[in-house]
Amino acid sequence: MNGPFLTAILFWLAAWAVNVWLARLKPKNPSVTRLINVIIPVLFGAALIALWEGVTRGFNVPSVLLPAPSMIWGRILSSAHILWADFQQTYLKAVIAGYVMGCGIGFITAILVDRSPFLRKGVIPVGNLVAALPIVGVAPIMVMWFGFDWQSKAAVVVVMTFFPMLVNTVAGLAATGSMERDLMRTYAATRWQTLFKLRLPAAMPFIFNALKINSTLALIGAIVAEFFGTPIVGMGFRISTEVGRMNVDMVWATIFVAALAGSLSYGLIALAERAVTFWHPSYRRRAGA
Amino acid sequence: MTSPSLLRDKILPIGTVVLAIIAIWYLAAVYLNAPFERDQAERAGTEISFSEILPRTMAQERPVLPAPHQVFTELWETTVEKKITSKRSLIYHSWITLSSTLLGFAMGTVLGVALAVGIVHFQTLDRSLMPWIITSQTIPILAIAPMIIVVLNAVGISGLLPKATISMYLSFFPIAVGMTKGLRSPEVMHLDLMRTYSASASQTFWKLRLPAAVPFLVTSMKVAISIALVGAIVGELPTGAVAGLGARLLAGSYYGQTVQIWSALLMAAALAGILVSLVDIIGARVNRRMGVKPA
Repeated sequence: MNGPFLTAILFWLAAWAVNVWLARLKPKNPSVTRLINVIIPVLFGAALIALWEGVTRGFNVPSVLLPAPSMIWGRILSSAHILWADFQQTYLKAVIAGYVMGCGIGFITAILVDRSPFLRKGVIPVGNLVAALPIVGVAPIMVMWFGFDWQSKAAVVVVMTFFPMLVNTVAGLAATGSMERDLMRTYAATRWQTLFKLRLPAAMPFIFNALKINSTLALIGAIVAEFFGTPIVGMGFRISTEVGRMNVDMVWATIFVAALAGSLSYGLIALAERAVTFWHPSYRRRAGA
Repeated sequence: MTSPSLLRDKILPIGTVVLAIIAIWYLAAVYLNAPFERDQAERAGTEISFSEILPRTMAQERPVLPAPHQVFTELWETTVEKKITSKRSLIYHSWITLSSTLLGFAMGTVLGVALAVGIVHFQTLDRSLMPWIITSQTIPILAIAPMIIVVLNAVGISGLLPKATISMYLSFFPIAVGMTKGLRSPEVMHLDLMRTYSASASQTFWKLRLPAAVPFLVTSMKVAISIALVGAIVGELPTGAVAGLGARLLAGSYYGQTVQIWSALLMAAALAGILVSLVDIIGARVNRRMGVKPA
């Protein structure tokens, strides 16, 4: 057997043993519990990376097939400026603009639709259907309409994020119980007061669900749209050209950036959700424990 | 009893919304295609009235936005009037995409269920794997699609399997999450009952946990199959594949064939709709056989 692979296997086994031991611990102190909950997945991830490194080195896997993590990391460091330019083009311009517009328009449409029960009955099934369709496919059309630059990518993102937002917000606005609504009526609250004081807060968990779904959808939409034509910058462009030139480590570096961006934006939204919907049972219970 | 409320609660509202969409589509087609006609008239040195523009915007060769009937004509010509084996038949291309969708979906379901079973039974696996499964979804997985295809191509694996791998990667997540939730759904009382029967772990699994998880599995499968289709379509983009709905989209985009793009898009939409409702019907039937009462 070869050295790197054996070392990786040993590391994997050791990490696994530590994890089994950690998972069995039942510490009294809640902050220790939290620490253990972080350590376990981190150790698992580290073991995975070690195994990856061991396999690629031990078996001399050609880097065209699967570059070693260390190689990818080296590439990230050496071409940080390219990655940053791509990130700016794809994420800071297209994704954020499209995300804000798509979610905003979806939200406003939902509030308009909500006023009519008839429209609500019609929009929800159609919206659900459209949300399940392969909307990424509109990418070539948008590139044709809005040109090669980031605007067309933002347009794809708008179309992709609109329907999840619409469906979730409409469902969320309908989520209040009749008792609370009757209470608002006894207060002689106006329609807008009821909307802002009761129904929008109640809809927040649904809205945040849509925001979370959309945060990944937006990035996917922008990257896939870049496969259909783009200026010579952008994450989707980088992936498709570097694959063609067999620079697989560069592709992985881009994927790493994308993963980081996706995870960070998801995490930010989750934090905002916790701050806004602190009253929701799923958080209340955790705070009490 | 059911038919008037079905008409009032389903057919009328949905029909109205669909009609409104088609109306907006026509209006947009006129609005977006008119500049081209005006441009043409100006170049020819003639004035053109709106009543002349209107019919022409409906029948352009390469419209900015094809009118609905143009797309449906194209769909009819490429599905019904062409032989299925013809490379111009949309059914042929749909089948290419569908086959990798289904293979990927099947693999994703097996992987997802296996992961869920492992997660429910091994605490270590739950706490080390679950955060990573969730993180894996914040990664734009479709970004990896081109690489998977090219890499597998370099090893000599091409055709169905690479695309199916992408579909699998996309579809395993909702299934793993839904199935985990389902396997954990039996109440403590039922689990205690199994313990008083002195049931073994595998007996508890087969007789209690698995049946309880089936409704959750069906819901997850509906989500999974539509994103498996997206995966298959995107998987066809990067290699310049010659067949499949994704290839139709790409070719249409290269040659400015908007009608072709739209018809491939609608075909994909129809395919997604059919697949989801198929899963729904099968799931409902399984649920009924297992005695789940409709809510």
